[in-house]
Formats: sequence, structure tokens, C-alpha cells
Amino acid sequence: MIAWTIYVTFGGAILLLFLPHVLARWMALLASLTGFAISLNAFFNAGDSASFKTIVQLPWIRGLGFEYHLAADGISLTMCLVTGLTAVSAVLFSWDVEERPNEFFFWLLLVVGGSYGVFLSADLFLLFVFYELVIVPKYFLIAIWGSTNKEYGAMKLTLYSFFGGAVALIGILAIYVTGGSGTLDLQQLAQFQFTPQFQTWVFPIVFLGFAVLAGIWPLHTWAPTGHVAAPTAGSMLLAGIVMKLGAYGALRVAMNILPLGFQVWSKWIAVLGVIGIVYAAGVALRQRDLKFVIGYSSVSHMGFVLLGLATANALGVGGAVLQMFSHGVIAALLFAVAGRMIYRRTQTRDLDTLSGMNLGRLLPFAAFSFVIASAASMGIPGFSGFAAEITILLGAWKAYPLAVLITGAGMVLVAAFTLRALKKTFFGDGANPIGGSAPNAFGGDASFTPISAAEKWGAGLLMFATLAVGLYPRMLLDRILPAVEAMHFLKP
Amino acid sequence: MNYLDLLRLAAPEATLVLTALVVLALGLVNARASGICSAVAAAGLLFASSAVLMLPLQATLFNGMLVITPLTSLFKIICLALAFFTVILARSLRSRHHGEYLALLLLATVGLMLLVGSEELLVIFIGLELTGLSLYIMAAFDKTDIRSAEAGLKYFLFGSTASAFTLFGISLIYGMTGTTSLAVVATKIGTMTPLLSAGIIMTLIGFAFKVAAAPFHLWAPDTYQGAPVPSAAFISSASKVASFVVLGKIVLVGFGPAQGAAGWHALVAGWAPLLAVLSALSILIGNLVALAQSNVRRLLGYSAVAHAGYTLLGLVAGGRDGFSATLFYTTVYAFTLVGAFAVVAVVRRETGGDDFAHFAGLRARSPWLAGCMAVFMLSLAGIPPLGGFFGKFYLFSAALRAGNNQGLLWLVALALFGSLISFYYYLMVLKVIFVDDPQAPAPVVRLDFLQRASIAFLALLVLFLGVFPGGLVWKITSSLP
Repeated sequence: MIAWTIYVTFGGAILLLFLPHVLARWMALLASLTGFAISLNAFFNAGDSASFKTIVQLPWIRGLGFEYHLAADGISLTMCLVTGLTAVSAVLFSWDVEERPNEFFFWLLLVVGGSYGVFLSADLFLLFVFYELVIVPKYFLIAIWGSTNKEYGAMKLTLYSFFGGAVALIGILAIYVTGGSGTLDLQQLAQFQFTPQFQTWVFPIVFLGFAVLAGIWPLHTWAPTGHVAAPTAGSMLLAGIVMKLGAYGALRVAMNILPLGFQVWSKWIAVLGVIGIVYAAGVALRQRDLKFVIGYSSVSHMGFVLLGLATANALGVGGAVLQMFSHGVIAALLFAVAGRMIYRRTQTRDLDTLSGMNLGRLLPFAAFSFVIASAASMGIPGFSGFAAEITILLGAWKAYPLAVLITGAGMVLVAAFTLRALKKTFFGDGANPIGGSAPNAFGGDASFTPISAAEKWGAGLLMFATLAVGLYPRMLLDRILPAVEAMHFLKP
Repeated sequence: MNYLDLLRLAAPEATLVLTALVVLALGLVNARASGICSAVAAAGLLFASSAVLMLPLQATLFNGMLVITPLTSLFKIICLALAFFTVILARSLRSRHHGEYLALLLLATVGLMLLVGSEELLVIFIGLELTGLSLYIMAAFDKTDIRSAEAGLKYFLFGSTASAFTLFGISLIYGMTGTTSLAVVATKIGTMTPLLSAGIIMTLIGFAFKVAAAPFHLWAPDTYQGAPVPSAAFISSASKVASFVVLGKIVLVGFGPAQGAAGWHALVAGWAPLLAVLSALSILIGNLVALAQSNVRRLLGYSAVAHAGYTLLGLVAGGRDGFSATLFYTTVYAFTLVGAFAVVAVVRRETGGDDFAHFAGLRARSPWLAGCMAVFMLSLAGIPPLGGFFGKFYLFSAALRAGNNQGLLWLVALALFGSLISFYYYLMVLKVIFVDDPQAPAPVVRLDFLQRASIAFLALLVLFLGVFPGGLVWKITSSLP
């Protein structure tokens, strides 16, 4: 059943090419809602989430042993859920796209469909096909509909993605030709005993290749520029889904197939993860552009994912998957507020300018959403961010106590830049830096169109998700932990 | 062996020669009958394809002068199909000498079929020359355009020099082995001797020129840019496919014992390291220089050098796997490039040029053409689910599998690095088409049915070969001995 998420999304994308302009956004909403509904249904009705259960298995390229093989376990289901959630809200937040809407939603649905494909693939070749499929749509989404240095940001992001894919492909090819039986089936490869020497040199290649997309320091620089240049829905998809593709690939392919290599390199991953957390938080503290703040916060939060993966115990890795979900929702919400609710109305994202605009009073709903998102992002108990990060830190305490101490300091920085952004954006002192006696330089309260229903629905959906998971994290962890425990790389 | 048998086995070639003569005569009788000439040429190509289908599965004439195997039949049909698309493309030329042009095209196709269908060095050389001479004229065919003359002259000068090298190499091989049949050559050569290496190097130079591998690529950018579009399309597609088929046969069948190895930790003298060097140089030079281009045809020219480099990878790897990967890749590449040139031809007709600026905002003028161009460019860049992606995957996996301990890893890593560079410039073409706005309000592009159908067919074919490559791979591997 869950395989239909892929077909519905791609089918919707193809239909979009033939529909009239006025129907484009409705078609996109229909496709993404259907996908979300299917993944919700699959998530709550899956019986056993520990095993990587086959959904479809068809021979594909016979001579080379590749199969069209889809399967899902608790991790895949969780990732599909966040994909559907982000996709629906991304469509809702692009309700105002007037320029070439059919193309816009076409590319958007391709990103979503490809992501579903990655999360459900049980054949490495298929997974890689979907993974690469997502690259080009991102370029067009950003280069055509973006803002602020969009062509540079789009090209940088796309080249980094392709670079990561090419590096991972070297490792995948090595796995393929060494794996003996001429298959790229993930299950079979995970059973195959690769020699320790082989794993030691192939693991870092595959892991790094995928981790580029997860924003691993120091290969993270595509993320802030790309997020800033992207249109709102683009940033939401990038932060919400695309960065997870990288982390998922690193987990499912690199760590699960090459466990011995992982053991050799895990502490270095932890080091990079911790550097990412602290460094990105420090940089975010110095940004003047609201979207750059959020972009760096994404890198920082993905650092938690890497740290969680590096712990190699069920708690840490499970927390990392939970963080993937949580960050997907929170980052999407933050970008939605910054890109759609604020930037589309004020035409500026400069924190100093915003602080003179009194947005807290003018756009109360935006302020409310941003407060929720910030609280979740800082890790206030009751929101998903807290649940995820505490799980990761508990796992990390067993493996790398020092990392936990440094990360703790980093979390102070996270709180600092989040609060700074929140205060400057919505609760500035009201004094107009541009001068004049009017409440703001843009002609007063009436200049902002009210928050539309689509925006409210989209934001409400994301807020509900972060609250629900924050209050009852076991809803996800019950699915995630059995699947993690079934993996091969865990330390006893 | 009587002559009736010969005629039966050479029926496709004979059909084409007859068609060429008919087309030539038609063009002489009535200079304005270009439509009829095209129709006759297309019909001749179709007849020749059906004649190929009716050939027996296996046959050998005169010690390998004419060989018929499933492989040769398959690639004869591929060459004929590429020629067919070139005929459709050439309809836009509108010259008074259309009949002559088509006759030359058909003769070049005969040459390609000889190349594909022979395992004898002399006939291969005749095929090379027949193709070459026809293509030189086709490249220089537009007498009103100085760039076309330049293209023809460059192609001719480089080509004839390369042929001289090849002939010299063949004569050395003949001197050593006393035969020109590839199968017999293979039994007579053993370890590398200075004379043998001289012979191999000389022979390979001619083919490196044909496939536009660096450092013998200098003609390619000028010819691709200056020659009439159909000629450029034919040179870059069919001529390249046939050259790779015959190059593969020469090195793998004829020079098989002298393969050597190109692994970084186990270098053994032979032709494999030689081709590895050509491949590495082509990938680097082609991709890096293509970065600086602002003319789409010139860009395709340099990227062709890079693609020749990728394709050679399969031959360096050797064996059934490597050869079939090479053949698959070059086939996909040929169809992609014909499609890309077809789009270029339309744009050139509508806007008078093929610089980036002429493509600006093509999306608004013809979304459909822009979509097809996106398919061709992304396939060349190696993005799934298009043919180019699977082709590269197949090539690289074959190369890694060859030898032991992933000896060719250095070349695969280099090729992937090259793909990364190439992704940038293909994306730049698409950026111009989809993101930029046209400088002046440009008219909507009009296409007639035949152009539309052929471009759409090629785009779908490229997509199909990416999604379901299994059929062609199986066809190629099962026809290899």
C-alpha cells in the first residue's frame, strides 16, 4: 500500500504538465494529501516494524541483478510520514505561487516522490536512482522561483548534491563488484561479510557521500545559501526532507552494510557532528538575515543526527531518526514563517529592519507559530525537539561523554541564536530604524495582507505534529527502536 | 562460394548503394525534388534494415572480410536508424544539391556497415576511408558558410593524417603476422615487442581520431560547430558508434593477447594502458574545456571528447562485460546526440544561431522542445532515470570489476569527477533554456509533424533506455561471443 505514495506523487507530477494553470495547486494538494494519508495509514497500521518488510519485488534489469524492490520498516515509515507532512504543508505555503505554477508544482512533486522512493527502496541501485532524481528538480525550484542570489545558491546546492552522489557511487560500485553474488539488494548485502580492509576504505566514502546532503561539517556550506535562495516551499522541502535523504542513506547503506568500517570511523563522525552543532550555532548567532539564521540552525540540528548515528547504540540511533522527523517538521515551520509569512509581506529578512516593524502586533499568528517553532527548536520539553535531542544525548552519554558536555554548551548557543532571532523579528523595541514617526516604514498596519487560510492550515499541521510527538514520543519511538535494534552495526 | 551468396549476404549494403545512385540521379534530374530524394533515401534505409533482419544469424565470407553475427546485425540496424534520423534532420537544409548530400550520407552509411561487419583489417580500412571521404564532403557541404569550409578542411586534414597512421600500423601488423584477418592475427601475436607496440599504437591513433579522443580531438569542436547540423549529428553519432564497434573488435579480438593491464598497482604493457591514458586525457580535457564554451554546438563537441573518454573505459576493462558496456553507452550516446542536434537545428533555423543567447527562454517559445532538450542534456550528464545514467553505471561497474582489487579505481574516480564537471555545463544549457528570459521577444517555434515526432521519439527512447535498459543489455551481451 505504501508504495502508492511514490506512484501517486509522480502521477500527480505528470498530470500537472497537462492541466490548466488554475488547477495546478489543487492537483498538487491532492497528490501530496493522498501521499500523506497513505503514509499515515501505513505508519499506524503496520504490524511489525522491526523487519524490513518487502512490499513489491519485481525483476528489473536481469543481466545485472537489479530489482525493483520496495520495502519498509519502522525507520522508512517514520521518514515517509515526515515526507508527507512536509509535502502537504509545502504545497499549502506555496498557494500564492502565480508564476508558472504547473512547472513549480511539477518539480516540487518530483522532489517529494523521489524522497518517498529513497525511503522505501530495498535495492541499492533503485535507492540511488531515486536519490539522484531529486537533484535536478531542486535546481529549477531554486533558480526559477527563488530569491537572494538564487542562481548561485541553486548551482552550489546542486553541485554539492551531485558531488555527494558521485562520491557515494564510487563506494556503491565497489560494494557491487565485491559483493560476490552480483546483487544490490540491501538485505543480502547486509548479510554479506565484506573484509575489514574493504570496509575500512569503502565506509568513509559511502558515508561522506551521503552525509554531504545531511549537511555534515565541513561540507555543509551548500545548506545555508541554498535554503536562503530557495522559495519557501523549496526551503521547507530542503530542510524537511532532502537533508534527511542524506542521513537516511548514511544509515541504511553505509552503516548497515559496512558495520566494521563504521566501528573504525564512528568516533570521527561524532567529532564532525559535534563540531557541526557548535560551529553552526555560533555562526547563526552572527547572522543578520533571518533565513540564514534558520539555515545554520538546520546544520546545527543535523549535527545532532550525526552524533546520534555515531553512538552506535539503539538509543542514540533511534534518537537520530526521531531528530530527523522532528527537525523536518520544525525547520519546515521556521522556514514557512520566515519565507512566506514574513518575507512575502515585508520584502525583507534583515533582522534589524524587522525589529523596527513591530511584527508581533501586526502578524500575531506568525508570531505565535514562530514562538512554537523556536521553542521546539531550542529543545523546550513538550516539543519534539526535546524528545529527540534528549534521546540522542542519553545514547551519546554511553559512548562519548565528552561530546555530550560540548554539545550541552552548544545547546546554549542554539537557545541564544533562536531567542535573538525571535526577539528581533517579532518583539523588537518598535523604534523604527529607518526613521519617521509611522509605526513602520511601509505605511502602517494595513500594508500587510492578513495570514491566509492556507498558511494557517499548513502551520497548524506542523505545530500539531511537533506537539504531538513532543508529548508522546513513544508514538514514533515504538516504530523506530525495533527497526534500529534489528540493524547490524549496534554495539552490544 | 558463388556470387549469389555474396549478394545475399551483402544485400543491405547493396540496397544502400543502389539507393544512393537513385537519389543522386533524382537530384541531378530535378534540383528541386529534395522532398522526393529524402523519401527515397528514407525508404532505402528502411529496406536495408529489413534486409539486415533477413540475414542469417551467422555467416563468414572470405576469411572474415564479411562477417555476420547477431552483433553486427544489431549495430548495422542501429547505424541505419541513426542515418534515418539524419535524413529527417537534413530536410531542413534546403540546398540545391540535396540529392548529392543524401547520396553521400548513404555512402557513408555503407562505409559504417562495412566497418561493423568485417573482421579483416583491409576491409576495415576501406570502410574507414569510404566513411571518412563522404563525411569530409558532408562537413564542408554548406558552401556559403566559411565555418563549414573550415570544419571540412580541419576534419579532412586530421582525418587523412590519422588514416595514414592507421594504414602504417596495419602494414606493420601484417608484416609481423602475415595476415590481415583479426582472428588469425590474435593467434600470431604474443608478448609485446617493439615492432608490435609500434603497430598497435599506429593503428589506435586512427581510431582515437575517429572517436575524437584526446589528444586527437582537435577537429571535433570546429567540425561540430561549423559543419551543417545534420552532418555534425551524423559524425557524432553513427560514425562514432561504428568506430567503437570496430575498435572493440580490433583490440579485443585481434590484439587480445597484448591487452596488458591499466591497474594502478599492476601496470602491464599492452593496449589497455594506452587506451587508459587516452581515456583519462579525454575526460579531463573535454570536460574542462567544455566549461568555457558559450556555443551549444561547440560545447557538445568538447563534451563528445569527454564521452569518448568514458566509453573507452569499457574497452580498457576489456572482456565481455566491458565491451558490452562500451557498446551500450555509445548507442545511448548516439541517439541522445542526434536528438540534441535536432533541437539545435530547429533553434538555429528559428533564431539564426546556436549560441547560448539563442537558446534563452526557449521554454516560453516551445515548452515541448525545451522539455526534450532537458531529457537529452540530463541524459548526457548522467541523471537517472535516463539512458546516460545507466550507461555510466554499467561502464563504471564493468571497469571496477575488471582485473583484481579494483585496479581501475583511479580511472573510475576520474570519470566520476569528470561527470561532476560536465553536470555543471549541461545544467548551464538548461539554465539558459528554463531560467533566463529571451533578450528580444522571440517568436514561437514552429515544428512540422515529422520533426516533432522524431524528436519526441528520440527523447522517449533515451528515457526508455534508462528505465528499461535490460532489453538492450541482454541483446548486446547475448550477441557477444
